[in-house]
Amino acid sequence: MIAYYLRRFARLFTDHIDGPLLGAVLLLMSVGLAVLYSASNAGWARVSGQMINMLVALTVMWVIANVPPHFLMRLAWPVFVVGLILLIAVAFKGEVINGARRWLNVGVTRIQPSELMKIAAPLMLAWYFHRYEGTLRTHNFVLGAIMLLVPVGLIARQPDLGTAVLILASGCYVLFLAGLSWKIIVGLGVVGLASAPIAWSMMHGYQRQRILTLINPMEDPLGAGYHTIQSTIAVGSGGLTGKGWMSGTQTHLDFIPERTTDFIFAVFSEEFGLLGNIILLALFLLVILRGLVIAAHAPTLFTRLLAGAITLTFFTYAFVNMGMVSGILPVVGVPLPMISYGGTSLVSLCLGMGILMSIQTHRKLVHT
Amino acid sequence: MPRLLFSSGVEFRDSQREQQQFKVRLAVMSFFMLLMFAVLLARFVYLQVMQHNHYHTLAEANRISIVPATPGRGVITDRNGIELAYNYTGHTLEITPNKVGDVDAVIDSLSEIVEISPRDRRRFRQLLEESKSFEGLPIRSRLSDEEIARFAARRYRFPGVEIKARLFRHYPQGDLFSHVIGYIGRINRKDLDRLEENDELANYRGTDYIGKMGLEQSYERILHGTTGVDQVEIDSSGRAVRMLSRTAPVSGANLVLKIDARLQALAFKAFGSRRGALVALDPETGGVLAFVSKPGFDPNLFVDGIDPQSWNELRNSPDRPMLNRALAGTYPPGSTFKPFMALAALTYGKRTAQQGISDPGYFWMGNHQFRDDAVGGHGWVDMHKSIVVSCDTYYYVLANDLGIDSISKFMSQLGFGSRSGIDLTGEATGTLPSKEWKKKRFNRDWFAGETVSVAIGQGYNAYTPLQLASATATLANDGIMFRPHVVDYIQDVRTKTQTSVEPKPLRNLEWNPEHIATIKKALVGVNREGTGASAFVGAEYVSGGKTGTAQVIAIKQGEKYVESRVQERFRDHALFIAYAPADKPKIALALIVENSGFGAKAAAPIARQMIDYYLLGKEPSATDAAREASP
Repeated sequence: MIAYYLRRFARLFTDHIDGPLLGAVLLLMSVGLAVLYSASNAGWARVSGQMINMLVALTVMWVIANVPPHFLMRLAWPVFVVGLILLIAVAFKGEVINGARRWLNVGVTRIQPSELMKIAAPLMLAWYFHRYEGTLRTHNFVLGAIMLLVPVGLIARQPDLGTAVLILASGCYVLFLAGLSWKIIVGLGVVGLASAPIAWSMMHGYQRQRILTLINPMEDPLGAGYHTIQSTIAVGSGGLTGKGWMSGTQTHLDFIPERTTDFIFAVFSEEFGLLGNIILLALFLLVILRGLVIAAHAPTLFTRLLAGAITLTFFTYAFVNMGMVSGILPVVGVPLPMISYGGTSLVSLCLGMGILMSIQTHRKLVHT
Repeated sequence: MPRLLFSSGVEFRDSQREQQQFKVRLAVMSFFMLLMFAVLLARFVYLQVMQHNHYHTLAEANRISIVPATPGRGVITDRNGIELAYNYTGHTLEITPNKVGDVDAVIDSLSEIVEISPRDRRRFRQLLEESKSFEGLPIRSRLSDEEIARFAARRYRFPGVEIKARLFRHYPQGDLFSHVIGYIGRINRKDLDRLEENDELANYRGTDYIGKMGLEQSYERILHGTTGVDQVEIDSSGRAVRMLSRTAPVSGANLVLKIDARLQALAFKAFGSRRGALVALDPETGGVLAFVSKPGFDPNLFVDGIDPQSWNELRNSPDRPMLNRALAGTYPPGSTFKPFMALAALTYGKRTAQQGISDPGYFWMGNHQFRDDAVGGHGWVDMHKSIVVSCDTYYYVLANDLGIDSISKFMSQLGFGSRSGIDLTGEATGTLPSKEWKKKRFNRDWFAGETVSVAIGQGYNAYTPLQLASATATLANDGIMFRPHVVDYIQDVRTKTQTSVEPKPLRNLEWNPEHIATIKKALVGVNREGTGASAFVGAEYVSGGKTGTAQVIAIKQGEKYVESRVQERFRDHALFIAYAPADKPKIALALIVENSGFGAKAAAPIARQMIDYYLLGKEPSATDAAREASP
């Protein structure tokens, strides 16, 4: 009897948890803690802080995993509308920090509404396409695109190009997975290429500088190019097997800027080398593949689109971050998923993981 | 319940199709993601395998800094170990101009903590103009412990201002040795160019100072030493984290001089407030025993960079304290030239010791009359007497018989009109007149009358006191000429080995010993019964000497020079050459006292004091000193 209740009690925690996904996430988090310990020069403060972040994030994941997808669906448009209102409020009354208007002071604390949009935008689009499932026409896609471009435009104006591009990407994934016709995709691609010069002319000076810096970082080695040069040196000097944990000279002599957050991959890569990078890529692939499987088996369009978008967004974060650190993408403020220090990013990522788990585990319930 | 929401039959069929389409799209994206990860992997392979060596080198270059280890500068001492130039560690307050905003405002607030004089400010301004803005420049040196503590407590208020421990050069003897030791100063553009030319730039990494004058300049390479190298691991802000390897610097060698600081001080004091120069040599080696140029200056002013006001004072002073009179001041030798003239006459067979003239007190050449000081003349004058009483007429006649060609040939062998090669930089050549020289200088032919002036050490003659001292030493040493040198030996700081500056005989003039004896006997006569006798009354040794008086302005025909009527600056220079003891000379010297009239009165007593001290260790009595100081 006791064993039965214990099992019942245990199932309360495990019922809606996806084993493979949790395993991959925990592995990534463990790697993250090890790298963070080195990146913060054996400082326990950051590591213990990150552990608390992880506990919070995992709790959020567990809670969301227990929320059935249809409940999430009901939340989709209210969350999106609230996010949009907040973004508009930021545009008018936001606080300027480091030259960008990103923060909104809500009395108790400051919030960054663009973070909310990262989940709200794909959620909204998935809900919208699900609502018109079976009768999807071009005008639905046009409307979906508008729903996406409004918040993206507001965020790009803050200016926060990195977040804008990421939200744009997550929305586009939904559009693509929902069946946007290939003709339109090719057409947009052509238009996009043609309008690149216009986009260039509308960019802020520092945004242009980031792109120019990517092409030739040595043009401004102590200014805009410094991050890229130092992180590329860190990655390259890591070699095949790395300099060893806690032994990266670029890391420990303070040459890598923001080495616990956006540039933590430089630390990992310097200390663990190409072999470490391959293992890390494999761990990310594990999460992505599991996400794809969940998406492929999801019962409804909403869950399919949402699971697909979350997985692809996760991939995008990892790819953009590693591409930026290794010098093939411009420097944008994107953390390395599950590895970079920072609570916000961890929580929003685990929220996504929780949604994936919810989709996976509630699917079983639907069929039984 | 929830499933009822999704259970429309039509939609189910559509969703079948859509699900199929979705899986295709998902497959496309999977392929896309794998492709992107493959791109990343390719990038990692490129960076970490193919370009690994390149980035490894860059990372090492990042973390390793080559820091020069500056060697200690050699110490300079006199023959008895008295320190003339040494180093001490002091603390300076340094401002890095590009790290502070308003330099003047920072200096103002610093002056509330440490004392900053107007001189410090002027000097700093001067440095600021000469230096790069990322170099730390001293605003104050020699901070007291209290000042260091006061600044340390408030350093957070002064980013870009630092206290640095540095080696300082000090010249404890001040102006006494200014023209021998010279001074060091901050390396300037010109020094850098020269270092680059000599390929010595690497050895001066980390060195701020370089010899600018005197021994500090001429022995720069020996005094400086070899800069070492520290390989230091640094972090991104340039702070040293730990030492990786070290090649220790090799300290510069010490210089030990032939000069006796006490003899130098005695001569310096004997000049009193008068301008002039004195060079005393060891005739047997060419070693410099004393080397005085009055007035001197305080070389310590230059060590931290001289402030413009002090510099202008030194440069614009009518006494010209920056001029090294012994080395670069040129004067007519006056009658001190006569013994050399007489030796030339003997050597070239134009006179014998016994041949003489009857001196009427003047000499006519064409329609020009050359006068002798003694009105009515000296009567019968042979060579001995011509030197002892300093008879001009004898030399007027002799000049005619010798001719300028012979005179300049003989005098050039004695070193007149050419650099002695002493181990000090900035030596003047002087002027040894000859027909060629006049042609080159004025594009005029030589007049026979000019030879007459040259013969008594006037006219175009212009020699440095060093040349006159060297010629005197050569005569005292029977024609064997040595290159004068200030440094006796160079001492390696670590091994204590001594490298002597070997006495270098320049040439043996191979004079006839009888001729030398004749001249030396006459010079002894000068100090015994002639023009030098009053200065050498009661000397406990036998010495040779010769007085001289050099005209500063020409006296018109028919006019007589009366000292009291002539402005101080245009009064005659007093000269004296001497050596002792007469049979085996240990010291030979030449000195000039500017605008002081007769050599016998103004110059000879200084020589007496010098020789008394050098041979007998006798200090001048207080009354002597007082008498000499006020001519």
